[in-house]
Amino acid sequence: MIVHQFNAAGSKARQDLDDAPIIRIHDLRKSFGSLTVIDGLSFEVHRGEKLALIGPSGSGKTTILRMLMTLETISGGRIEVCGEPLYHMSRNGAEVPADEAHLHEMRRHIGMVFQHFNLFPHKSVIDNITLAPMLTQGVARADAERQARELLEMVGLADKEASMPSQLSGGQKQRVAIARALALKPEIMLFDEVTSALDPELVEEVLEVMKRLAAETDMTMLLVTHEMGFAREFADRVLFFDRGRICEQGTPEQIFTNPAQDRTRTFLRKIIAAGHRV
Amino acid sequence: MGDWTGYLLLILDGAWVTVRLTVMGCALALVVAFIAGLGRIAPWAPVRWLATAYIEIFRGTSIFVQLFWIYFVLPLTGVALTPMQAGVLALGLNVGAYGAEVVRGAILAVPRDQYEATVALNLTGWQRLRHVILPQALPLMLPTFGNNAIELLKATAVVSLISLSDMTFQAQIVRSQTGNTILPFVTILVIYFALSLLIAAIMGRIERRVTRGLDGVR
Ligand SMILES: Nc1ncnc2c1ncn2[C@@H]1O[C@H](COP(=O)(O)OP(=O)(O)OP(=O)(O)O)[C@@H](O)[C@H]1O
Ligand SMILES: [Mg+2]
Repeated sequence: MIVHQFNAAGSKARQDLDDAPIIRIHDLRKSFGSLTVIDGLSFEVHRGEKLALIGPSGSGKTTILRMLMTLETISGGRIEVCGEPLYHMSRNGAEVPADEAHLHEMRRHIGMVFQHFNLFPHKSVIDNITLAPMLTQGVARADAERQARELLEMVGLADKEASMPSQLSGGQKQRVAIARALALKPEIMLFDEVTSALDPELVEEVLEVMKRLAAETDMTMLLVTHEMGFAREFADRVLFFDRGRICEQGTPEQIFTNPAQDRTRTFLRKIIAAGHRV
Repeated sequence: MGDWTGYLLLILDGAWVTVRLTVMGCALALVVAFIAGLGRIAPWAPVRWLATAYIEIFRGTSIFVQLFWIYFVLPLTGVALTPMQAGVLALGLNVGAYGAEVVRGAILAVPRDQYEATVALNLTGWQRLRHVILPQALPLMLPTFGNNAIELLKATAVVSLISLSDMTFQAQIVRSQTGNTILPFVTILVIYFALSLLIAAIMGRIERRVTRGLDGVR
């Protein structure tokens, strides 16, 4: 099974939670024009940790993932990934803003799955998956395809390798997108509401894949979701965001059964009323 | 009527010049369109300025003026071109300026999602363009490129002003030699029209090839 290759340090990872953090965010700020979206945010993520980011719409969850994926610039503060600054680099002993080469180097640590899949419509399923490993890691086509087939098997789409994305259902597209991100073997995976664009009956098949990933790999995962039941099952730690800050954090048990903050309680109540399972 | 065959051959000679101008002009226009179109959205400001200046100048002045500059003014700086070279250059640069905007527009029309996926997969700038953006932008460019090619064909007649014997030039020769106005001009009308139909047919084929497999995408 493909999962074994991610599992090399497997169960050990979870015990090593007190190693140096793989992500360190310090006093991070982000504004769009005059709108401040993230305001003095600090938190750390340990290697192998599974983190769920929850919170009301507009609280900045997506923005955080996008900054980690270098899809947004930061307005202030600092992000470190694998011990190295993401948006800074040292030149002649001084710290200067990162250039594209530095970002390229740092992106090797991180992968992302998007809400709307973002598959390449002009490429078949298998070509979607093999493209990046062949281009960015110099993997030979035969090896890239072998790995892609293993990944497709893992996400339950072994028979779809020759299909075009337009021929797939939403749930299938998202599973291909997960396989595509996994093919680069990133240490950190970011998932932004990966099921919220799906028809309700297709949500489960994607969540199943994610649960297996969470259980069987030592990848660090950050998950933004409105599926509270899933967050609870998936996460080691839940961060509740409100207005660009962490309002409360803790184990899923603490956050979902005994939240300390009023705002967390209000949010959870609203989301249950809206029909999401907890 | 026997004479007319000779005159027809004269016009066909001109048609051959027109075809060569069109083919070479289109080739140049295509190359220039991609260079300037990509230049317009390059990450380096000076490149963007240069591309913008070129596009604005060549779209903002008439092709007559451009042709005269290339054929009559350029030699003053020591660059002498044959009428054919000058014609191809003027046509290519003129139509290329319009094509550049098509290239740019098509690239910007590819959904931002696609660009973001290439960043998340850590492709380099060139790889993003080559493997993801351009393959999706190309089908958007082709219909307008077809129009541009036909525009270029029609514009070839301006080269008669620098005494290049293209089809229009030859038709005027025939007219002045025979005193017959209708026959030569009907002939070139038919040939121009046939050529533009041919261009449309070729572009249609290319379009079908390129969009194959993209069905259901847009
Ligand atoms: N490109 C942008 N330009 C301007 N404002 C933006 C941009 N992207 C996000 N924002 C704003 O930043 C705030 C946070 O957005 P973000 O998408 O991070 O929220 P979120 O927590 O992911 O919300 P949701 O649960 O609805 O996805 C919102 O007010 C949003 O309108
Ligand atoms: Mg969001």
